[in-house]
Amino acid sequence: MSGLEIENISMRFDLPNGTSVQALKNVSLNLKAGQLLSVLGPSGCGKTTLLNIVAGFLAPTEGRIVLNGHEVRGPDAERGMVFQQGALFEWMSVRDNVGFGPRMKGMAKADKDKIVNHLLDVVGLRDFKEKAVYELSGGMQQRVALARCLANEPDVILMDEPLGALDALTREKMQSLVLKLWKETGKTIILITHSVEEALLLGERLLVMAPRPGRIHKEYRLPFAEMGVGEDLREVKKHPEFARTREEILGMIWDMEEEIMGRQEAGA
Amino acid sequence: MIVLLIYVAVFVVSFFVVMKLIKPGARKDFTSLKTVTFGDESAVRSNRTASVISILTLFLLWGMFTGSALLPKFLHAPGPFEGLARFDYTAEAPGREPATATVTVLVHPIEQEAKAPEVEAGDGWAKNDSATVGMWRSGLIQVDRNDEVTKADGAKVVAVNGQPIVPGGEVITDFGRVGMSQKGTLNFEPKKGWQMEPIWLPAPEAVMARLIDIAQEGFRGSTLWQHLGWSLFRVIAGFFFGALVGIPLGYAMGLSDWFRGWFDPIVEFMRPVPPLALIPLVIIWAGIGEAGKIILLFLAALWIMAIAARSGVSGVKISKVHAAYSLGASKAQIMRYVIIPNSLPDIFTGARVAMGVCWGTVVAAELVAAEKGAGMMIMVASKFQNTDIVIMGIILIGIIGFGIDMLMRWAERVLVPWKGKG
Ligand SMILES: Nc1ncnc2c1ncn2[C@@H]1O[C@H](COP(=O)(O)OP(=O)(O)OP(=O)(O)O)[C@@H](O)[C@H]1O
Ligand SMILES: [Mg+2]
Repeated sequence: MSGLEIENISMRFDLPNGTSVQALKNVSLNLKAGQLLSVLGPSGCGKTTLLNIVAGFLAPTEGRIVLNGHEVRGPDAERGMVFQQGALFEWMSVRDNVGFGPRMKGMAKADKDKIVNHLLDVVGLRDFKEKAVYELSGGMQQRVALARCLANEPDVILMDEPLGALDALTREKMQSLVLKLWKETGKTIILITHSVEEALLLGERLLVMAPRPGRIHKEYRLPFAEMGVGEDLREVKKHPEFARTREEILGMIWDMEEEIMGRQEAGA
Repeated sequence: MIVLLIYVAVFVVSFFVVMKLIKPGARKDFTSLKTVTFGDESAVRSNRTASVISILTLFLLWGMFTGSALLPKFLHAPGPFEGLARFDYTAEAPGREPATATVTVLVHPIEQEAKAPEVEAGDGWAKNDSATVGMWRSGLIQVDRNDEVTKADGAKVVAVNGQPIVPGGEVITDFGRVGMSQKGTLNFEPKKGWQMEPIWLPAPEAVMARLIDIAQEGFRGSTLWQHLGWSLFRVIAGFFFGALVGIPLGYAMGLSDWFRGWFDPIVEFMRPVPPLALIPLVIIWAGIGEAGKIILLFLAALWIMAIAARSGVSGVKISKVHAAYSLGASKAQIMRYVIIPNSLPDIFTGARVAMGVCWGTVVAAELVAAEKGAGMMIMVASKFQNTDIVIMGIILIGIIGFGIDMLMRWAERVLVPWKGKG
């Protein structure tokens, strides 16, 4: 069976002072191969924790992750991760960063070079092949991170606020790029973001999570990602349904934030 | 005091001259707008002109106060008196008129033999005297010895150059100070001036001459290059073994709880112990030969390298390790392609510190005991008051230490250009 199943995941962190944090409680979700899921939620609701569990960096206290019929038990090349920033290897050139995955598999140099060259073309960094990654701008670095992940041909791509550190214009270009790559490669993608607009644009499915304990609050199925492929994203944003959904979700998150604040004040 | 004043004066004057009048490449970029520069290294750049003037000033002061031949005479601080000094003394004796006679003193450089000048005896019962005194020294002059009435017979000196003098008192003349001891003997101390005596501080050219001399003739049976080469060899050997053991130890401590727990107390205890404090123990255990010195330097480098490697490993961003895992890297591959390259900048920083400490330690160890080496050279020289060799040695030690550091920095730039860029 192909696809990603998140089965009843709970995650509790035991703190050194004897207390514990329930970061996730009974989170379940099925993603079909090739679906694009965006995840929204107030800070601390367990988005990163969920992604880390799917990636295999964390073992859940309850539940399991099943990918294409087998259970996930640790990080693996079938699930690639794009971090917010700073996860590139600064001691390698752009080319070596992108070619890292194939190299680890022991792929022949000629094949590897072909993949690297192709992906650098796709992300528009052909001329920066030999540059050191610290010589690139933040947006370029994220494109390298994306290319590095794709070079490894993962089944699932996990992104934790990959565009969070970018300026508005670069961010919009990157959003188009993500949509284009999603359509061309047909990968399953989970993307965490803090921006409601970004979640609407880059989510065939959109998950709103609620905090304490982290859980799924509401799920949407949206047409905007399909509409946005190869199109001007600003046009998509003008869609009346887009504005309506945005306001609805913003209100939802505001309510959650207020509840958290209120609880903190009551506690204090 | 005067030296400090001159120094401050040169600092201030050159600042205004360079900044206001010449304005070499006044900064017009945005850093010139920065006013708060704390913690922002980019805002303060070292001014080359200031560095050059600073070094020249040091040499200038050195030359001024040693009467260096490299400087024109008018820049010299007043020197010590040299040549023939004269003063009169007036003596009294029971039943005689007071009589006056002249003392002529040849003040000569101390390294030269000198003979008292011939003088005529004169007319009165007090006869003219002559004597020699070395520059920067003083000497008792028994002026009554050739007089018709000596001190033993009741004569006593009552005035110098017409000014009255009593036992314990003094008279300042143009040539220096004439004092009188409690027993009534005159003591002449020629003017010292403001310059330093060569055995305290030799002139720059004397040090240079000594350098050339020792470079050609050698010192204590070894050439200069052998002395410096031995010191360098010890540093490199000690550092090499220290790194050889320390880096893997640091890696192990960074990667394994057990290693960390086992070695942490040892490393943390040894780190604050200055290597110099180990010299006595190393001498007891390993003797004063080469082995002892290399063991000492090994110990000096070991902890620094272990700590540097440890922090290099534990400093790796977890997201980089995670990224490598999800790109399909195995543990060994992560070690090789992520952990090790990520730790190199820290290791290089450690290596720079370790080389500096080793260089300092080797010189100190050689001061204690060695047959060859830069430290031994200055220690032996100081026993014979060869200040020029001591200063030459210190300058060479400084230059080599600086050279080592520059070399390490250069290696760092070439080998780990990504340092601080993650
Ligand atoms: N390693 C950990 N140890 C203890 N508590 C943790 C750990 N990681 C996360 N938590 C806790 O779990 C909860 C969820 O954290 P998580 O990082 O998943 O939130 P998030 O939704 O990604 O937040 P943000 O939007 O700010 O990134 C938080 O309360 C956090 O304090
Ligand atoms: Mg997060």
